[in-house]
Amino acid sequence: MSEIILKTQNLSRHFGALMAVDDVTLSFERGLVHAVLGPNGAGKTTLINLLSGEIPPSSGSIHFKDQNITGLPANQISQLGIGRSFQKTNIFPIFTCFENCRLAAQSRMKGSFRFFRSARSYKQINALAEKGLEMCGLANRRDTIAQAMSYGEQRQLEIGMMLSTEPELLLLDEPLAGMGAEESLKVIELLKRLAKDHTLILIEHDMDAVFAVADRLAVMVNGRLLETGTVGEVRASKAVQEAYLGSDEEGH
Amino acid sequence: MYAISRSSLIVLILLGLGFGIYPLVGDSYYIRLLTKIMALGIFAMSLDLLIGFTGLISLGHAAFFGVSAYTVVWFVVKMEILNAFLIFPAALAVAGLCALVIGWLSIRTAGIYFIMITLAFAQMLHAFFKDQHYWGGTDGINFNDKPMLMVGDTVLFDLSNKINLYYLTFSLMVAAFIFLAVLLRSPFGRAIQGVKVNEGRMRAMGYNINHLKLMSFVIAGCLAGAAGFIEATRTSFVNPEYLSWHASGNVMVMVILGGMGSLYGSLLGALALTLLGDNISSLWDHWLLIMGGFVIAVVMFMPDGISGSIESLSRRFRKASPPREETGP
Repeated sequence: MSEIILKTQNLSRHFGALMAVDDVTLSFERGLVHAVLGPNGAGKTTLINLLSGEIPPSSGSIHFKDQNITGLPANQISQLGIGRSFQKTNIFPIFTCFENCRLAAQSRMKGSFRFFRSARSYKQINALAEKGLEMCGLANRRDTIAQAMSYGEQRQLEIGMMLSTEPELLLLDEPLAGMGAEESLKVIELLKRLAKDHTLILIEHDMDAVFAVADRLAVMVNGRLLETGTVGEVRASKAVQEAYLGSDEEGH
Repeated sequence: MYAISRSSLIVLILLGLGFGIYPLVGDSYYIRLLTKIMALGIFAMSLDLLIGFTGLISLGHAAFFGVSAYTVVWFVVKMEILNAFLIFPAALAVAGLCALVIGWLSIRTAGIYFIMITLAFAQMLHAFFKDQHYWGGTDGINFNDKPMLMVGDTVLFDLSNKINLYYLTFSLMVAAFIFLAVLLRSPFGRAIQGVKVNEGRMRAMGYNINHLKLMSFVIAGCLAGAAGFIEATRTSFVNPEYLSWHASGNVMVMVILGGMGSLYGSLLGALALTLLGDNISSLWDHWLLIMGGFVIAVVMFMPDGISGSIESLSRRFRKASPPREETGP
């Protein structure tokens, strides 16, 4: 049952002398929610950037399903069905929410050069955009200019845009960062719903959220993979407790 | 996102009426000048597609204007072909092909490097035409017979007639505007505007940024070629200055002055700058000083250009009556 959808083999990326990601071999099973944990500077975002093609690896390989995607540019990886959201809000601030999602959905159109028909007249694309808005909970903000919304809502839009491209595998870089308690709950509910028919890989600092949604955990420290396993296994791991989770007295 | 606002529609209708009616009442000097202004308007709109909508700041846009003008000369002088039905598409094709090659090499760079590399390519072409005796060298080439629209031996439309050329230019300007307005509403147009706002996210969403930029660059090059065809036909003359960096800078000033990313601003920029230059150049030898001062004043006090000021003015009028709604940051 445990089909591997994405795996990395000895994946490394260095910036000068800094090993941001160091010899990481990891497998992600289809249909599960994987969370990558680790202190600041552990290389989590670099890992996501490698998986999404944002930056090429220094060495090692990445396979998506049966395809070697090592070194493919971000746009090609996106087209294969790997969507990502960004830690720092990365939207089109001067466009409406709908246009943000519509532009995301439009990327799935076959043939990129369509010059004459109005972009708004493609029903399927509009439907995808509406669906993305609906799922991220911004249907009521459809015609609002993105930069006029609260930070938390912009974070929601970030996810909605990713969903509008209908990815199979979602890479979420701290989806809850900077959200209020109420917005966080909404997004956690959304993640649970998405988990039913998607594979999720998420980076998150909010431990309650991680334990609420994740099936598998991977813990990184200083670019290296420290521990992987189910939530229970990782929680029980001595090494992880020492390195990251800390003892109970510290309040984690 | 490009949309024709109500105020811009009014300006466009006024411009259209003004340009459309002027030859019926105006004198022949201004008919020639307005033809030039409309050609420069097409040229400026084509650059606005790059600067205002795609986020590509090209300082070598005159290259396409110029090669198109030289193509006209080549047909008329070297081949003695006058049929504009042949010359016009050929001039556009040559301009588009140059844009394809220069664009393909340039779009790999970004920011200041893109500005420098487009400038360098235009200067290379400038030097080429300047050095070649075949192309008339520094003096350029004059010609007497202008291209004309003809089928077989029947002349439909003789472009040596000022009024004919005027209305052909007017039609091309209107067509170019409509073409660009339609283009900017299309999926391609939306995508290039996305590239301007957030290139990285567009890539992450699966767009091939280089393809989008290159296509935009080629379309802009073709439109600049249309303007070059008119200018060469109008003056019956072409010299290397057509592709000089003065020409590239001049058209960029028109776009910035008129207001980037509005299309009609480019038309207003071409109109304002050319009319102003024409009026003050005869008054004082150092008229460029006044021109420079004017440009500085516009950039300082109207940061969004003439069209931007029109938009904000009309917004203020509309907001005067209903109470303002508070929007969060």
